Amino acid sequence: MDIPYIVDERPDTGLTNVKLGIWLFLASEVMLFGALFSSYVLLRLMAPEWPVGSEVLNVPMGTFNTAVLIGSSVTMVFAYASLQMDDLAGFKKFMGATIVLSLVFMVVKGFEYTHEFQIGNFPWTNTYLAIYFTMTGLHALHIIGGVIVNAYFLGPGSKMWATNKTQFTNRIEAAGLYWHFVDLVWIFLFPVLYLL
Amino acid sequence: MSENVQHHIAIYKKVAAALAVLTVLTVAVSYIDFGVALGIIVALIIAATKGSLVLSFFMHLLDEKKSVPLSRNGIGLIIGSLIITALFFLVIIFVPLMGHADRVGDYYTLPNANAPTVETPPAH
Repeated sequence: MDIPYIVDERPDTGLTNVKLGIWLFLASEVMLFGALFSSYVLLRLMAPEWPVGSEVLNVPMGTFNTAVLIGSSVTMVFAYASLQMDDLAGFKKFMGATIVLSLVFMVVKGFEYTHEFQIGNFPWTNTYLAIYFTMTGLHALHIIGGVIVNAYFLGPGSKMWATNKTQFTNRIEAAGLYWHFVDLVWIFLFPVLYLL
Repeated sequence: MSENVQHHIAIYKKVAAALAVLTVLTVAVSYIDFGVALGIIVALIIAATKGSLVLSFFMHLLDEKKSVPLSRNGIGLIIGSLIITALFFLVIIFVPLMGHADRVGDYYTLPNANAPTVETPPAH
């Protein structure tokens, strides 16, 4: 049995179930990260002293990663736009670029983590590092999840294009919405953890 | 359809350029010493601007306003759910802030920390 309303809009919601579903999921993600931002505010206000992020972390690396992640969001919208223009080759090019940029982000993050561990900065070292590793770690898990989904759509998942173009385009829109959300979280994480 | 997409692509390029400029600006202003409070406000204003660009254009939130039978007052279901989410988000962000504001000027500490001793004012 087919899942209802994944291609046609449901008359009472005016949306496909795909789109309403992904937005509700993102709303729950806002609360997940929101709770962590709230914890950050609480811990920082209660702390007798708090390090300046830029003195602990590597700001150029963080800035580079911010640019990389925003770049991957840009290639993601171009991947979606390519499908809307009936251009599967263009989609594959931009989706490939999105995945490469996501992996670059993870490699840079890996270097940053390794450097912190080498100089003895661990999650249990102090409260600042605890919230830094928790928030960036959860964000990195989201990146890994996104890479797996995007790689599926670039590879085996793209077979759907031959049978149902609209459904495939809707899937990419949903994957894109998730990806932009992950970018959005980083846009706030970067100044909060690295610069303030 | 295609012309509409071309129009969107032109917007995506402008938004990408704006995000790049704002990222440079984020780092640049962090070198200016505004003091802690103003520094946080400036950084959050730039981040919120970037965030709203991503939401409005990359996530097409501006196009999601369609009024539908299930939602009242002409707000689409997506915007409606996000407004509720934003309210809850504000609550969890302001809980620690209000808790802190309640205690400004008082000595307080976490259990077992070395708290400064509070001197009781002499009774008159």
